[in-house]
Amino acid sequence: MLKIGNHEFSSRLLLGTGKFPDFDVQKEAVNVSGTEILTFAVRRMNIFDPDQPNFLEKLDASKYTLLPNTAGAKTAEEAVRIAKLAKASGLCDMIKVEVIGDFKTLLPDPVETLRASEILLNEGFTVLPYASDDVLLAKKLEELGVHAIMPGASPIGSGLGIINPLNISLIVEQATIPVIVDAGIGSPADAALAMELGADGVLLNTAVSGAENPVKMAKAMKLAIEAGRLGYEAGRIPKKRYATASSPLEGMSV
Amino acid sequence: MKLIVNGNTMEIARVQTVEDLIKELKLAGKGAIVELNEEILNKSQHAETVLANGDKVEIVHFVGGG
Repeated sequence: MLKIGNHEFSSRLLLGTGKFPDFDVQKEAVNVSGTEILTFAVRRMNIFDPDQPNFLEKLDASKYTLLPNTAGAKTAEEAVRIAKLAKASGLCDMIKVEVIGDFKTLLPDPVETLRASEILLNEGFTVLPYASDDVLLAKKLEELGVHAIMPGASPIGSGLGIINPLNISLIVEQATIPVIVDAGIGSPADAALAMELGADGVLLNTAVSGAENPVKMAKAMKLAIEAGRLGYEAGRIPKKRYATASSPLEGMSV
Repeated sequence: MKLIVNGNTMEIARVQTVEDLIKELKLAGKGAIVELNEEILNKSQHAETVLANGDKVEIVHFVGGG
């Protein structure tokens, strides 16, 4: 069971809703992924096009816990405004704090992320900051009282997987709140590794929406996350430099 | 009445409240979230909030994102 603030989930996959080829593929991918948490962004409506598609209508949003992000924010104040806009919908109390400090790498600004998280905690939000994989930053965010910490595996949309597994495992080791590896996941193996390192969940988007077959990839990610989690709970064998025979060395018939 | 909606200056007649404006733009029931002069409104306030000439209105909604 994944517990974030007052919410409980049986799925450990958090799925983004950006860049799917169309709404039908998205709906099917969301369905087979088994996710219970969907992320999305807040943007201006096109006031000249009343027929613009609305993905919430297609998805039956009431079946999911919605996790809006503050993507587009460059400062804590901008992130807080976007978070409040999202909450004014009356559909959610969780917020993924995302304050981008550099638009080439899309890496999060640690100082603004910390500031935004503090303000939003005081406003009563359930706060999930997307952060770099810095161990001390994760600790400081936890000390503020955030409800989960979401270190990046690698830059958003890069598909590079977990660049620094040591940092992710150190963050997991020190945390008493859920750790959700967010951003940079490319393949099921990346997602499984995150879970084997002890992460409580994985948030991904492009890895599924950008796959040649998003629906099949959604299923693959679901299974990878379940497999990785089971492997972590089972406790893997230590790595050794030399062989250890699986079959008995005695009693050979010669 | 002159309103600035999502950065567009518009002349809109027959509109008194925020709810009227959303209906006039045919955006009712589409999950519009409204900020009026930099103050965010809850859904329940749309019907009772009266617009004035020169008001700055931002209308946003949820879109796909990660």
